[in-house]
Parts: sequence; C-alpha cells; structure tokens
Amino acid sequence: MDTYYHPQDLGHFADMGQGNKDLWEKFMTYYGAVFAEGALTAREKALIALGVAHAVQCPYCIDAYTQACLEKGSNVGEMTEAVHVACAIRGGASLVHGVQMRNVAKKISM
Amino acid sequence: MAPPRKSLRARGSALASAREQVRLLDAPGVVPRFEAALGGAGLQPLAATGITVFQINVGRLCNQTCRHCHVDAGPDRPESMTRATAEACMAALARTAIPTVDITGGAPELNPNFRWLVEEARRLGRHVMDRCNLSVLLLPAQKDLGVFLASHRVEVVASLPSFAAAPTDAQRGEGVFARSIEALRLLNGLGYGHDGSGLVLTLVTNPVGAFLPPAQAAQEALFRDRLRRDHGVGFHRLHTITNMPISRFLEFLLESGNYETYMRRLVDAFNPGAAAGVMCRYTLSVGWDGRLYDCDFNQMLDLPLDHGAPAHVGDFDPARLDRRRIVTGNHCYGCTAGAGSSCGGATAR
Repeated sequence: MDTYYHPQDLGHFADMGQGNKDLWEKFMTYYGAVFAEGALTAREKALIALGVAHAVQCPYCIDAYTQACLEKGSNVGEMTEAVHVACAIRGGASLVHGVQMRNVAKKISM
Repeated sequence: MAPPRKSLRARGSALASAREQVRLLDAPGVVPRFEAALGGAGLQPLAATGITVFQINVGRLCNQTCRHCHVDAGPDRPESMTRATAEACMAALARTAIPTVDITGGAPELNPNFRWLVEEARRLGRHVMDRCNLSVLLLPAQKDLGVFLASHRVEVVASLPSFAAAPTDAQRGEGVFARSIEALRLLNGLGYGHDGSGLVLTLVTNPVGAFLPPAQAAQEALFRDRLRRDHGVGFHRLHTITNMPISRFLEFLLESGNYETYMRRLVDAFNPGAAAGVMCRYTLSVGWDGRLYDCDFNQMLDLPLDHGAPAHVGDFDPARLDRRRIVTGNHCYGCTAGAGSSCGGATAR
C-alpha cells in the first residue's frame, strides 16, 4: 500500500545535507547545542521535544524522541503527561481564541 | 508483554539452548563480527589485565522469572552449586589477593551454600557483594537474611529497573515493585544506604525494553530524588547496565521484532573507551558446577575459558588466568555500547 510516511526514512534525515551541505551543517550544529545539557537537563529537553513533536504532529520526531526519552531514563507515564501538555496547549490555543468569538458576537449582537 | 511464568527451559523453547543462541547471534549479515570492532579499536585480541573480582554464580534457581533475564533463571531451575564446589572456590580464592567476591545467580541467597560462602569470603578478608533481587528478602524462609547480610557487612547490589511501578512490574513480574520498596525499607532499617553506616546499598537499573540505558550519573540523581520523595528510601549509588541479547531478553527481541534494530543500535554505539574497560578484563566468572568463564554472559552462552586457561576452579592457576585471552562474540556489543556496561555499571571513562 502506498503511503507518504516510511519509518526507515528517519534514518535518511542526513540526506538533506546533499541539497545544501553548508546550511545542513549549520542546522545540525545549532540542533546539537539546543539539546545539550544546560539549565535544563538533556532528559527534560527530550520530554519537551516529545511534547512539541505531538503538537506539530511530526511522526519522525515522535519516533526519535520516544526512543530518546526512554534512553534518557523517562518512562511511558512521564511521556504520556508530556503528550497531554501538548494537547492542553493546542486545545487551549483554540479555546482562548474563543474570546475573539465572544468579542465579535458581543459587538454585533443585541 | 507480561513476564513469562516459566523459564525457556521449562517451556521447551529452542532458545533454552546456548548453541542456538550463539548460532543466531553469529549469523552473518546482521552485524559485523565483534572482533573486527575490537581490531579497529586496537584491542584485538582482548586480554585480561589482572583479576580483581571473583564472581561466583551459585545457580539458576530464582523466585522470579524476569522478562530480561540472561540466566533464564526461575523456580524450576535445578542447577545449584554444591558444598564441594563452593569449597573449591574458596580454596582458589585463598591462594590469591583478589579483593572482591561477587556472588550471583539466579537468586544466590536461595543456594544452601550461599551463607557459608559469605562467611568464608569475609573470613579471608574479602569484600563481598550479593546480587539481590530484593523480593528474596521477604520470603518467609529468608526472614533473617537482611540481618545476616548486615552482620557480615555484605554490599547489597539490588536490581530495580525503574523508580515507577509499571515498568518495574512489566519487566520483573506483578507486584515486584511494591515488594522491592518493602525490601529497600527493610535494608534501610538495618543501616543499608545510610551515609557512614558502612553497609553499602547499590542499585542496578537496566532498560525496560530494546533501548540503551541513560547516563548513569543523571539516572542516579533521578532515582535518588524519586525514591526519597515517593517512598522514603535511600541508597548509596546506582549502576546502569545494558540488556544483553541473551536468553529471555533475546526471546523478547525476537518476539517483538526488535532484534535486528537493537543489534544495529549496539553496533552503532560501539565505544572504544567502554571496550577498554569491559569487566571480563578484571573478572573471573565461576559457574555453579565450577567451570570457569570470562563473564556471566559467556557462562550463559556456554562459552568457557579458552586459549590455554584452566577449565575448572579446581585447576585454578593465577599465572594462566591473570592475563588470559578472552573469548568474545557478537553478544559482547552489549557491553561496549554507549557508556559501556558491566556488573559495576558504565565502563567508559
């Protein structure tokens, strides 16, 4: 069956460097710095990344950061909470725009 | 996947055969030969650097059947070290200055000669480690075990894969986490895990699945915080170990479709620094029947010492053991991946 997503394509991420080596290397240098231990631990950053991956619904990131979270000592319980954080933010973003709805409705309603 | 109730042996699994496991691990085309990786790191042939740990596997009897067990231990296993073999172990040890005796199994405490081995090794002035599954401390027949260990100042090296119940029980059996916490409280009550008590409590954690362990220092900090916060228990240090593709963990890898991916993960994570510090270089492993091995993993794969080294503890000869050439295989990628893995935790320095 044809499908847009193939799990093995995650292993070909570095092929993007073939289109522009300079920009790829700049991106990877930045990426590595972002996920290094800092004020937040690498584990905390992996959990954030997992949440964001669900918010933007990137299957590659979900795959990669599920593994990364487990390898940094997290567990399915913590990771599920991170997914709910993404859900709450995305849902909340929709909900708070309801204030706009109420503003418009109030303006034009009797 | 819940842990099996019976060992591979009891279920008549083909994987109960060490030969079958080695055949799978060495099958061409999955991963390159481990010896080639060693050669690239300038470590082939791998040789011992002098024995500092005398590890005795007293048998495969255990009160648990953990999913990941490389021993295929369980309540049905009959293999058990006899008193005569235990005496041969101590006679060999007495001829050396090896500082540490590491007693493992199965659940080594269930062997009738376990306490004699502890007493004798302590009489010889050696540091003794007990590889403990924690739940054994709560068995009615072992109700004085904690006091025994404390009175002989045995280091308890206890397995706990997670500070959470769900992943622990998934690997070690339903209710094991709760029993583990109860056992840790019992040990803390005897003085284990307290600063300055001299009663060393070390936790060992391994991944609950087909992935590598986290950084040891970070995981230790996390365990310390969570176990204190949620259960009021403490310990001295934590070791992370990698699951070896042997026995019941190999079964899990094959059944879950993770075998090739996991083996490639181990190969891709090969760390020459970890390889230089592998435990077989300073450990001698004695089987329940007295046969000698480079490590507990080789023991379970029935890969005894070779290259002119003695075969049995009754023929113990330090001159032929201290710098012996080590028997390796593709399972060894488990000890050299990432930060490395050993009975003493991460090996890369």
